[in-house]
Amino acid sequence: METTTQNPESPKFTSKDLVTDQEVRWCPGCGDYSILKQVQTVVPELGIPRENIVFISGIGCSSRFPYYMETYGMHSIHGRATAVASGLKASRPDLSVWIVTGDGDSMSIGGNHFIHLLRRNFNVNILLFNNEIYGLTKGQYSPTSEEGKVTKSTPMGSIDHPFNPFALAMGAEGSFIARSMDRDPVHLKEMLRRTNSHQGTSFLEIYQNCNVFNDGAFEIFTEKSSKKEEAIFVENGMPLIYGQDGTKGIKLDGFHPKIVDLTVEGNSANDLWIHDESDRVKAGILSRFFDRHEKGVDHLPRPFGVFYKEDRKCYEEAMNDQVVEAIAKKGAGNLDKLLQGREIWEIH
Amino acid sequence: MEQRNQVLDNVIIKFAGDSGDGMQLTGTQFTNTAALFGNDLSTFPDFPAEIRAPQGTIPGVSGYQLHFGSVNIFTPGDECDVLVAMNAAALKANMRHLKKGGTIIANSDGFDHKNLRLANYTDGANPIVDGTLDSYHLITIDVTKMTRAALAESTLGIKEIDRAKNMFVLGFLYWMYNRNMDFTFKFLTEKFSKKQDILDANLKVLQAGYNYGDTTETATTRFTVNPAQMPPGVYRNIMGNQAAAIGLVAASQKSGLELFYGTYPITPATDILHELAKYKNFGVKTFQAEDEIAAICATIGASFGGKLAVTASSGPGIALKAEAMGLALMLELPLVIINVQRGGPSTGLPTKTEQSDLFQALYGRNGEAPIPVIASMSPADCFHAVYEACRLAIEFMTPVIFLSDGFLANGSEPWRFPKADDLTPITTKFATEKNDGERYLPYKRDEKLARPWALPGTAGLEHRIGGLEKQHETGNISYDPENHEFMVKMRAAKVARIADFTPPQKLDSGNEKGKLLILGWGSTYGPIKGAVRDAREKGYDVSHAQVRYMNPLPKNLGEILYSFDQVLIPEMNTGQLLSIIRDKYMIPAIGLNKVKGMPFSSSEILVKIEELQKK
Ligand code: SF4
Repeated sequence: METTTQNPESPKFTSKDLVTDQEVRWCPGCGDYSILKQVQTVVPELGIPRENIVFISGIGCSSRFPYYMETYGMHSIHGRATAVASGLKASRPDLSVWIVTGDGDSMSIGGNHFIHLLRRNFNVNILLFNNEIYGLTKGQYSPTSEEGKVTKSTPMGSIDHPFNPFALAMGAEGSFIARSMDRDPVHLKEMLRRTNSHQGTSFLEIYQNCNVFNDGAFEIFTEKSSKKEEAIFVENGMPLIYGQDGTKGIKLDGFHPKIVDLTVEGNSANDLWIHDESDRVKAGILSRFFDRHEKGVDHLPRPFGVFYKEDRKCYEEAMNDQVVEAIAKKGAGNLDKLLQGREIWEIH
Repeated sequence: MEQRNQVLDNVIIKFAGDSGDGMQLTGTQFTNTAALFGNDLSTFPDFPAEIRAPQGTIPGVSGYQLHFGSVNIFTPGDECDVLVAMNAAALKANMRHLKKGGTIIANSDGFDHKNLRLANYTDGANPIVDGTLDSYHLITIDVTKMTRAALAESTLGIKEIDRAKNMFVLGFLYWMYNRNMDFTFKFLTEKFSKKQDILDANLKVLQAGYNYGDTTETATTRFTVNPAQMPPGVYRNIMGNQAAAIGLVAASQKSGLELFYGTYPITPATDILHELAKYKNFGVKTFQAEDEIAAICATIGASFGGKLAVTASSGPGIALKAEAMGLALMLELPLVIINVQRGGPSTGLPTKTEQSDLFQALYGRNGEAPIPVIASMSPADCFHAVYEACRLAIEFMTPVIFLSDGFLANGSEPWRFPKADDLTPITTKFATEKNDGERYLPYKRDEKLARPWALPGTAGLEHRIGGLEKQHETGNISYDPENHEFMVKMRAAKVARIADFTPPQKLDSGNEKGKLLILGWGSTYGPIKGAVRDAREKGYDVSHAQVRYMNPLPKNLGEILYSFDQVLIPEMNTGQLLSIIRDKYMIPAIGLNKVKGMPFSSSEILVKIEELQKK
């Protein structure tokens, strides 16, 4: 089920109406600029009245985001945007709630709220700006930084094994899991639309370049020279094809993905893995395409697109249903009866 | 032998047994019967710290104390007149709370070799037969045997039969205190409406207990405790946590705001969640979050969305919520934070009571972070105090802390409950229009220094708020040093101004001037009131005031304090209000402190009053 909350009577607004009077303070060249621009482009198309939109963030570079969106917004505290958004959505299902968070904010200090938000499946959107570094505190490794990462806090290299955000989201019962990147505006806009239209917690990871503290972290996926070989764009119902001129494909050998050279005679696109967003098992395998730094025979490209999508009842709906059911069963609450309780006595 | 009937003006009964003996139920049944009869009363349960402590051991003892009378009752009482001991451990754990010469009703089956050993009695010792209790009035009944005999014809298994033992004791006590058993009949009939055999068994055993008193010569005296003189009106019995839950629903109804209750289970606050979860037909939404931090953050989200948002915990959980409380105060959104205090620090004494989180409530945040604090004085007052906390939060756009404690939460008393129409109205205002020409200023203040509450969904008032320091009126991020100092002072002034809108401090009893003022706060109310009554009857010059508004303190409090030669502050901590009073009013107030996880007894306070006045 994919729908958009449309209010035909609401005055239309444009991207310009989403710009606030606040000066944007990210470092010049930061990937956040592109994401802000794509969000400001897509949001007016969604048919949601501007006043019904709320952006909630935690702490970090990305979390400045709400200040730059002329909607309702809250810049909350570190790691807690997901929890604040849960309460807002639970009590105001009519609102379109967007969470803007970073890899430190959502995977480290706010990891607990992140996983619980996914399992509860509030109908909200999470935009995770993953730059694999702590930017605001000036360059320490994050829970998504690779092992061995040399930063100010890890001069001899990080000994932390990183999270695989998708495997985490799958394990946390996420109902919509997608990935895009700051440097591909067309793809990013499409993913933002899909993120919004999913009914349930939509998790969109956006690879975002921090050009000051972690420049080029995602270069191989974004640069022309390597993009074709290193990134694969998955689409529902389509075979997994990538490489220069679409010459490579991926097929499943049991549960093991195998790279297929389509230029070799006998290999056909018909034998490839056809992407199915609703297939949980395949999404699990896809989430494991995560071996960027060791190039080898089985080196797999990093997937972008919607990995997994499932329709499941949203928390706020179930919560409301219980209120409705209670009223139907017991009648609307009567305060005087409640004050009185079950047993009373009178003193004259 | 002829049975006598003696009239008493008050009685304290302690029901004690193994966790599985049903003493809480027995106690509450007797309590409700006494309440319906018109006695004034006060109760306090004494739960074991462990959920399933080994059977028969002292840690496994569960108790319930009831103080009822024809006179005004202020506390669950100091030492009990009657101790019901279902086993040896119950006796051992509670002997020190029994009055000299008091009555012991002992279940002899609970004093067999095994039980005596588990209760750590030395080999061969058995208090109910060896004469060590000769100075008490000992009534020994083999409750197990009598229960089994009463149910000889029952088809129930032996386990289920034994489970009805507590009804035998209850029936016996009903006989002893001349009580009508209708309330319990009705209760059992409802409870076991679908289990006829269990219902029959319970009713039979209850009656057997009553008849046992009537026909045997176990006890020769019956007692009558007449109804109390209480202000006319309609009453119910209520526990503190229950009162808090109802108070929140009342505030929700009167403010027209749906209640959103975000919390994480913790002793002794959890019962408020259990209670509220029953009231979904009042539009109440309860949210059991993944942790304490999520609980408060979710309520902040709900408050931003325009709901009456409430979170609750106990000390350790409140510590986790501290950062988010700071956020709520920066956002200037209404929020009620309930702390049902327990023994600390750290995990401390979860099932015991203490007042040691006053400093935490007042100061436990980073930065200059003033939050109004209201403390409840009695179980029923939890209703009124939490209602007031909601009112202040909404009308002043601020988080408010409501302090209760384990003693209030689980204690009960009769309550002359109000009518919905008589409750103080709560004014809710949402911003609907721009407030500065073409602009909306989210931090423009009214006469109360409160900012407007503009809800998402209101066209034209889109705005952003956050935890960073904000510019006066616009709410934009500001690092300007002058503005920061201004805003720090503004937030403090806003909280201080609440004192202009809350009632002045009143004296609870005594003269307006004099030798000694007892200044209390929170749950010390009952014990102080009892002590002051006794002291005044003995001719001592002593007055009593109980503070409810802990921050800001009532404007006239200084005036009251300066009218007495001496000020005594009893607290279940090492002197937290004492420090505040000394600091703020520069008077040499004296502390009376108890940090034993137990409430004060009136006599402890009375002793101190006498000591001070004899000097
Ligand atoms: S530190 Fe990095 S992430 Fe932060 S604003 Fe600068 S470039 Fe962007």
